[in-house]
Amino acid sequence: MKIIVCVKQVPDTSGVVAVKADGTMDRAAMATISNPDDMNALEAALQIKETNPDVKVCVVSMGPPPTESMLRECLAMGADEAYLVSAREFGGADTWATSNTLAAAIEKIGVDKGDIVMCGRQAIDGDTAQVGPQIAEKLGLPQVTYVTAIDYKAGELTVRRELEDGYMTIKVQTPCVLTCIKELNTPRYMSVPGVMECYSKPYAVWDYEALKDSKWVGPVENVGLKGSPTQVYKSFSPPVKGKGTMIEGADKAACEKLVSMLGEKHII
Amino acid sequence: MNMAYNSKDTAAFKGVWVFCEQRDGVILGTGYQLLSEGRKLADDLGVELCGVLLGSGVNEQYAKALGGYGADKVYICDHELLKDYTTDAYTKVLCDLVEDKKPEVFLIGATNIGRDLGPRVAARLHTGLTADCTHLDVDVEKYKAFLKTTSTIDVDNTPFEDTKNLKMTRPAFGGHLMATIVCPDYRPQMSTVRPGVMQTQAFDEAKSQQTVLEKIDVKLDKSDIHVDLVEIKKSAKKLVDLIGADVVVAVGRGISSNPTRGIEIAEELANVLGGVVGASRAVVDAGWIGVDHQVGQTGKTVHPKIYVALGISGAIQHLAGMQDSECIIAVNKNGSAPIFDAATYGITGDLFKVGPMLAEAIKSFKASKA
Ligand SMILES: Cc1cc2nc3c(=O)[nH]c(=O)nc-3n(C[C@H](O)[C@H](O)[C@H](O)COP(=O)(O)OP(=O)(O)OC[C@H]3O[C@@H](n4cnc5c(N)ncnc54)[C@H](O)[C@@H]3O)c2cc1C
Ligand SMILES: Nc1ncnc2c1ncn2[C@@H]1O[C@H](COP(=O)(O)O)[C@@H](O)[C@H]1O
Repeated sequence: MKIIVCVKQVPDTSGVVAVKADGTMDRAAMATISNPDDMNALEAALQIKETNPDVKVCVVSMGPPPTESMLRECLAMGADEAYLVSAREFGGADTWATSNTLAAAIEKIGVDKGDIVMCGRQAIDGDTAQVGPQIAEKLGLPQVTYVTAIDYKAGELTVRRELEDGYMTIKVQTPCVLTCIKELNTPRYMSVPGVMECYSKPYAVWDYEALKDSKWVGPVENVGLKGSPTQVYKSFSPPVKGKGTMIEGADKAACEKLVSMLGEKHII
Repeated sequence: MNMAYNSKDTAAFKGVWVFCEQRDGVILGTGYQLLSEGRKLADDLGVELCGVLLGSGVNEQYAKALGGYGADKVYICDHELLKDYTTDAYTKVLCDLVEDKKPEVFLIGATNIGRDLGPRVAARLHTGLTADCTHLDVDVEKYKAFLKTTSTIDVDNTPFEDTKNLKMTRPAFGGHLMATIVCPDYRPQMSTVRPGVMQTQAFDEAKSQQTVLEKIDVKLDKSDIHVDLVEIKKSAKKLVDLIGADVVVAVGRGISSNPTRGIEIAEELANVLGGVVGASRAVVDAGWIGVDHQVGQTGKTVHPKIYVALGISGAIQHLAGMQDSECIIAVNKNGSAPIFDAATYGITGDLFKVGPMLAEAIKSFKASKA
């Protein structure tokens, strides 16, 4: 049985964020990390593998060539095979086009009876949480999103799906797509033997030619920017607000002064 | 899939739709918020606004109420397999309905369920979907007015394509950037909208009475559903109503030397001000308070009358969820913390000392007015 995990390399939005003059992100100037939720997905796959030795964990990513470093790290954590989907034609894709390309790659890796596809819930660059469900739709698979617990026994898959006001317990048929959130587990680190082995494990790079025969890819107009129904109309950075009123001091008198100002303005 | 259906035939699509999510037969507040917003869009387009309600044993009184928030018409999809949410059933019913009626705009609340359903529906219909939007416009002039107050763009000297396409604005890159997305060549133009961002209009009883209800003949079979819902558990704890609160007193990592006391101070302040306690992600991640208290990019968006930030640095992801509060009061030891750039009033000081003193001062102020 196979578990295919979709992982994405993203700019580290908690670090220095560089915005270009035209309002777009200066990705080149930013550090990259493995998308956090995706590491929870990979960890979940590796845990299933630990108790089910016949499981093979494949990681797949769409991104520019430097994405290889992240995929090698996934192999060093314990994944068995890695696939990088990389081509100019795929650039500028929205979630519709991204999920088409990833669906094509996943289909090429092969989704058989009993297999599971796992994604992170969302990638921190776009925060859309759309690619997982859209891959599921394209592959015609059932999906469960916001997964916080997985129970996998003898091919039976039962998961817990988080709601704002509780949770659902769902038994899901396989093959299926799960999207994982950070409450699910704590991702492991790369192991020393893992790091030694990660360059000898199977690693493939697929370009447009490799996937163009898939019904989800086809002519170049169907992929990347051209194949994306949504377009950026404008992008802009929020303005900095003017500084408010700083109250002198931090004692009783300062608090009383603040309260009287709030009173005058009828805020309280 | 209906073969004659073509999502690129934009001229064939008309009307604004809102998916009105219900759980246990109760319609969520996001549905009312989206109808109120959808009303404005429908008026700008000169088209009908329709609510879409899926469930089992749908209460017609509830359906009519949707009209009171702006809907002209409500499509009722009533089927026993729609009682509780499943991706498969809800997606099928909504897609069948869209293919039949062809709306030009389709809004869904960005709840955990909306964000499961929206992408699946958009993928099946071959159209675009913009996630977690915080602002919507069809009218270019209104969009320009919005940009004037929220961006650094020189609006008057920037060309804008003048169309009635839906302009869907959302934060990206952890709130560092705002992006306005359009879906010009495919219909419906779909978006999930952040709960709490759009304001609910006052309920209009007369309009509610005029609401047209249309019952849909739902085609659904057990074999359409590939999951088994074993159980739904509500959390035992009562969830905090951050989104609806008039006052939010939020704590950040500044409470770390004594988290219990820090939260106590916030509760005390929230009590005297008549509000609820919020938190930064740092506090939630540390496990000091539940995730339903989190404000920000990955938490909730609030715009209370008063937002008190105690020991919160003001990271952009936190600001994304609270910067539209009417009055922001920040207490932070570090006088150059970014939270002071967003604050209406600031005190540089120790929250463990200032917090209780502030609560006292408010109490005596209120007593003097009583
Ligand atoms: C993708 C992404 C999404 C995120 N989403 C969110 C989100 O939804 N919400 C959110 O809040 N964050 C979010 N974050 C995290 C955010 O970047 C910050 O890390 C977080 O908001 C910091 O929380 P904080 O202000 O409590 O802690 P810190 O940044 O550590 O600040 C603590 C502050 O307390 C002050 N302080 C310390 N002691 C005292 C004292 N005794 N009295 C007074 N002041 C004191 C310090 O001066 C400091 O300014 C997100 C990050 C990422 C990458
Ligand atoms: N380019 C990509 N390569 C691999 N996986 C991706 C890519 N984009 C998105 N995903 C997966 O889809 C999830 C949701 O992404 P998003 O919809 O962009 O928020 C991520 O957590 C990944 O698991």
